[in-house]
Amino acid sequence: MNGIFTRKTAIVAAVGLLFALLPPLAAALGQEYLVSLFTRIVIYAIAAVSLDLLIGYAGLISLGHAAFVGLGAYAVGILYQHSFQDLPLFGIFPGSENALVVWPLAVLAAAVFALVIGSLCLRTSGMHFIMITLAFAQMLYYLFVGLEAYGGDDGLSLSSRNTLPLLDLGGDNQFYYLCLFLLAAYLLFAHRLVHSRFGLVIRGASSNNRRIQAIGIHSTRYRLVLFAIAGAGGGLAGVLLANHSEFVSPGLLNWTLSGELMVMVLLGGLGTLFGPVLGAAIFLLLEEVLAMYTEHWMVYLGPFLVIVVIFAKHGLFGLLAGSRNND
Amino acid sequence: MLLVIEQLLNGLQLGITLFLMSAGLTLVFGIMQVINLAHGSFYMIGAYVGATVAARSGSFLLGIAAALSAAAVAGMVVEVIVLRRLYRREHLDQVLATFGLILFFNELTRIIWGRQPLMMDVPAWLGGSIELLPGLPYPIYRLAVIAVGIAVAVGLWLLFSRTRVGMQIRAGAANREMIAALGVNIRLLYTLVFGLGTLLAGLAGVMAGPILAVESGMGESILILTFVVIVIGGIGSVRGAVVGALLVGLVDTLGRAFLPAMFRLFLEGAAADSIAASVASMAIYILMAGILVWRPRGLYPAHWS
Repeated sequence: MNGIFTRKTAIVAAVGLLFALLPPLAAALGQEYLVSLFTRIVIYAIAAVSLDLLIGYAGLISLGHAAFVGLGAYAVGILYQHSFQDLPLFGIFPGSENALVVWPLAVLAAAVFALVIGSLCLRTSGMHFIMITLAFAQMLYYLFVGLEAYGGDDGLSLSSRNTLPLLDLGGDNQFYYLCLFLLAAYLLFAHRLVHSRFGLVIRGASSNNRRIQAIGIHSTRYRLVLFAIAGAGGGLAGVLLANHSEFVSPGLLNWTLSGELMVMVLLGGLGTLFGPVLGAAIFLLLEEVLAMYTEHWMVYLGPFLVIVVIFAKHGLFGLLAGSRNND
Repeated sequence: MLLVIEQLLNGLQLGITLFLMSAGLTLVFGIMQVINLAHGSFYMIGAYVGATVAARSGSFLLGIAAALSAAAVAGMVVEVIVLRRLYRREHLDQVLATFGLILFFNELTRIIWGRQPLMMDVPAWLGGSIELLPGLPYPIYRLAVIAVGIAVAVGLWLLFSRTRVGMQIRAGAANREMIAALGVNIRLLYTLVFGLGTLLAGLAGVMAGPILAVESGMGESILILTFVVIVIGGIGSVRGAVVGALLVGLVDTLGRAFLPAMFRLFLEGAAADSIAASVASMAIYILMAGILVWRPRGLYPAHWS
């Protein structure tokens, strides 16, 4: 509407360029670890964007998003272990290390779990919804802590990343670009989604659910589908995290990750899609820098969060781009 | 049979701890319409301060007194500095700000007390056990915890239904402007209610001290159980908190105690134990899901909000 050259598109283009040029930049600076750090940023950004769909657009404050991340990661870990030990899962399905098989299955598992959980959680609203999403995520956490067959408390180690034809996922740069591509694809998909008729219903129900229902739309069904889409996004992030660190542990399901994802969404800017990408970058870079100076960095992060909540409501992207909720 | 009674008592004792936590939290939810994730931090503060003072002074009662005052004072300070600004904000802001508080308090206890868990001793005069039935000894300390919990429940009921302050609190929940117009200092009242809630959390923490390890982050595992209790009981209802806490305490304890034996009836030993352990840890969430399908607003939806 305001033409192509707005501040918003300028920011998106600049950040996108930085992300795209990061590996050669890191190599030129001799700081190769930056690629690994930015891979994590990109992966967390996928999870944060998917959470933003729920919080920023549907007004559904889910405090259990880590469940989907963890589920995606465990799907990779479990299939890997069965393939590695040559022991069929449930005695029928052979495990797999092939990304073309494992990744869709993992994302599907997260989406199906989101459908089941969502159909229960969406019966409630407000404070109940927050507490119930948190409780179900913790349920899954305790389930995996108790599953000794898959490492229990200690988690599972993968001895290599999944395989993909043509690409070598073991190479850090190639893996980084694949993650970046998936983030861009998910962002584009989410952008199309929120501006479709489907997105209009979701946003309408967020501002006045009763009116949406009065004009004859079953908004709960729309919300459930959105919940599954967001769950799939979380699952994708989990798949990539498991491959990135070659390690899966119940920590990925813990509620602190849900909280951190929420913080990323808020830091970047609610309901902006691109904001959470910046939020993920700020959060992880802040963590990295603070951890250099003190092991007790959380004692500073906590009050910082409180201050951001009380005084800077629109997040960084909102601050830079000037407005919100109309990207 | 004796084992069943013993496990029932253990379940009751967990239920009491959960009740102390959820009573305070449900009041804050119901009256101030604010979701407070940091409630577990006051449980942790109670446990740490209680354990430290009891160890230094050698007096368990002094430890309890210190724990209660520390939790109440910390709660009221947090209310005045942070939460008061969030009453009229969205739930999302409340969640994020109180998440920040959790990070702060957890790290603060690590700075002050280190990463090693503290151990707290049962005082000598509450040590040992008595024989409830022939062949059923039960620790006196756990019985004392149950007794204190019941006393608190009765006390809370009297406070809310029989005193002037209780009436003002209920009125404030129903209509904040009206009660303020009648000349009641509603801000002070809210601060006091919040302090009462955190005091109860501190009590739960210090009483759990000799039973569990006192460590950073201990507040969060109990907080999530507390949420389950409140979802089951209904937000804002103290009666719901009683029923929900007892249900969750009993289901959790009995599930962990008896599910392995039940699974062993039709499965092999090791597999049965591992599956039973997983199912037992999920039992309360399944209970919650069931109740939610049946009554989405909990067993006793509060009438005052």
